[in-house]
Amino acid sequence: MAEAVTARIEMVGVSKAFPGVRALENADLRLIGGEVHALMGENGAGKSTLIKVMTGALRRDEGEIRLDGQTVEINTPGQARALGIGTVYQEVNLVATMSVTKNLTLGRQPTKFGMISWRAARDVARKRLQRLKIDIDIERPLGSYSVAIQQLIAIARALEDDTRVLVLDEPTASLDAHETALLFQIVRDLKARGIAIVFITHFIDQVYQIADRISVLRNGRLVGTAPIGEMPPLKLISLMIGRELGQTGLRLVGDAPPSDAPVMLEAEGLGRKLIMQPFDLKLRSGEVVGLSGLLGSGRTEVAKLVFGAVKPDAGKLQVGGLPMAGHSPGRSIRAGIGFCPEDRKAEGAFGELSVRENIVMALQSKRGWLRLLSRGEQEKLADEMIATLAISTPDAEKPVGQLSGGNQQKVILARSLVSGPRVLILDEPTRGIDVGAHAEIVSLIRKLCGQGLALLVASSELDELVAVSDRVAVLRDRHKIGEISGADITRDNVIHMIAGTQS
Amino acid sequence: MTQSHIATTTKQVSLGTTLRAIAAHRVVWPLAALALIFLIDFLISPNFFSIRVVEGRLFGSVIDVFYRAVPTAMVALGMAVVIGTKGIDLSVGSIIAIGGAVITWRIHAGDPHILILFWALGVGLLCGVWNGFLVAVLDIQPIIATLILMVSGRGIGLMINLLYGGTNPSYTSALLQGISTGHIAFIPTRLLVFLLVFFVLWALLRRTALGMFLESVGGNAKAAYLTGINARLIIFSAYIICGLTAASAGVILSADTHTSDPVSIGLNIELDAILAVVIGGGSLSGGRIYLGMTILGALVIQALTTSILTSGLPPEYNLVVKAFVVMVVLLLQSSNFRNLALSILARRKR
Repeated sequence: MAEAVTARIEMVGVSKAFPGVRALENADLRLIGGEVHALMGENGAGKSTLIKVMTGALRRDEGEIRLDGQTVEINTPGQARALGIGTVYQEVNLVATMSVTKNLTLGRQPTKFGMISWRAARDVARKRLQRLKIDIDIERPLGSYSVAIQQLIAIARALEDDTRVLVLDEPTASLDAHETALLFQIVRDLKARGIAIVFITHFIDQVYQIADRISVLRNGRLVGTAPIGEMPPLKLISLMIGRELGQTGLRLVGDAPPSDAPVMLEAEGLGRKLIMQPFDLKLRSGEVVGLSGLLGSGRTEVAKLVFGAVKPDAGKLQVGGLPMAGHSPGRSIRAGIGFCPEDRKAEGAFGELSVRENIVMALQSKRGWLRLLSRGEQEKLADEMIATLAISTPDAEKPVGQLSGGNQQKVILARSLVSGPRVLILDEPTRGIDVGAHAEIVSLIRKLCGQGLALLVASSELDELVAVSDRVAVLRDRHKIGEISGADITRDNVIHMIAGTQS
Repeated sequence: MTQSHIATTTKQVSLGTTLRAIAAHRVVWPLAALALIFLIDFLISPNFFSIRVVEGRLFGSVIDVFYRAVPTAMVALGMAVVIGTKGIDLSVGSIIAIGGAVITWRIHAGDPHILILFWALGVGLLCGVWNGFLVAVLDIQPIIATLILMVSGRGIGLMINLLYGGTNPSYTSALLQGISTGHIAFIPTRLLVFLLVFFVLWALLRRTALGMFLESVGGNAKAAYLTGINARLIIFSAYIICGLTAASAGVILSADTHTSDPVSIGLNIELDAILAVVIGGGSLSGGRIYLGMTILGALVIQALTTSILTSGLPPEYNLVVKAFVVMVVLLLQSSNFRNLALSILARRKR
């Protein structure tokens, strides 16, 4: 049906690889003029990469882009702009200290005798704002306006008379409900002019307010595209985080720990304003508890609050039956909590230091600076871990920054294992890891739990959570909405709970 | 035939990679630079390496290079620690000036001279605490935070001089002169003092986990925090170490001139110290501390200065030649430059 219409812009079989990661694999996207097209997917699904390829910020490795049926080359942002593709990025990348006029004409100031004509620039700025029916003082610095107005100014800057495609990357991320409504009003106006609009967001409800069509990316591939009426929230969520509903997930869970196993960690009303609503959480020895929810639901926040990397302002935390007197990563590690962060490069790896030093660092910090592990002990621990986790490195002295992403990840996992934790928190343990390593890590997780470790796993991969968890805590909008345990842990049940519909 | 062909190419590849590995090893280029400078010195004056004993002390051009390199090398050791944490300390010259002023002041006040050493180290400690407070507690960028003491330190030195009314007060102290210009069993005392400082620092960094923690904080502060390392305390300690090594260098420099001259003592020593760290393979983006290599860096700088002076070149050439050699060493250490040079060479061959 939709095939009858010529797409405004069509991306066919686009692939893009970064060192160690295939960000896009044969991805497609079809946008139709006069429609708002929601592009959905979890972190790392490839949304940003796909958009960057479309707007010339990245060069694709393979694939084709067609604009109104014509094959076009887009290799630079300038080419994309010339073809009428405008972009408003997630972070407003304008200059807050400059006037609205300067921001709207920056880089393409009208000139007269080789000098900037500010009179003409003001005319251009006014004209641009009129297109969006915005009436503000254009001489005031951009920073003096609210984020919503700044967002609109960014749109005004991206919009030309001949704009055919407009990309809005998370435009509502920092807007309140009223501001969002204002933005949507303008989006509808633009739509009426026949512009194809790409709308990226992680707010599911907003998609149903504004979008005409939805495409879902997962692991660099297009996994579904449909008009809004044919894609109810349940289907959308299952496309984003799991396979089709109805498929039974494979459970790898061994014997569930007895319900009287000792409680290793107990959080009561733990939370922090604006970050995570107070929640209760209990981890027993030998148990794997999964944290499930959509992007922005609070998975990482729960993990970091429990570990003390984000300081809670409410609630109590007990580890091994003893209350924690304060919250900090140092205290948590000494109390026997291990933590593998989600963003390994920024929060995990010490790139200059060797594999050996990276692996022993948490244990060393637990021992304190005076009780240095001898070189022999360090080498023994490092070699053991390299063998156990099959870390591919020529030797333990190689700087971690020179390993591939997956291997860096294993090194960081090794670091928290070596520190001898009673409770281990893994945030996205298998992201960016190849299939073989994935299986190794999952089986290692099971083995550790057999030895009495309590495990908390936050993951965007629902299949993975269903496969390993004894219990799943479900989060929505920074709120813990419930738990599912034992045989009830199925993909369908989790998705229904996230979507708020009971099956 | 094909087999032997394959065999030879793999052999060539392995030889090539070995050569590349050697070229990339951090100790090679500074050492080569030092050897080259010494070689040129030897060609210019064949008795460059001759060492004789005068008045119970070793003399000779090489000994002189080591002797004169001591203050810079000592400052550079502390600088290497600070740079390893992704910081920098511009105030080392000012710490030396304040140290020299306090030494002179306390000698005039009649303190026992052994106590003077503690006064000097106390100045280093206090200055380190000040810098550490600004950087680690108030989160001020290191270059700005230490600029404050760099600018004000020499003024503080002059004000200390006013405490007892002198404008350029001099002193005599057998103990301090002994440390600076004396000798023990033919060996200049300051070299022994330097070895002591080096050994204490090495033990502090490498016989405890402090070195590892310093490098982890410099390499990735956020990861260090999540690994349970108290990043503030670690950064604080780096500035204290740097203050103490600067103050130790200050004792030697002050005793050299046995006067308090805050305006010119240790002038620009921070720049030589930073250069020494960088020639020694340290990166301003932090994450690694090379103590031994830093000494090598300081020796390269001093050897250059000494050879320009002994070669008969007008001293005016000193700074430009020094800059040129430093540039060459840094270029050779850059892997980008080496790859560029190798690819140009490879194209020539073909």
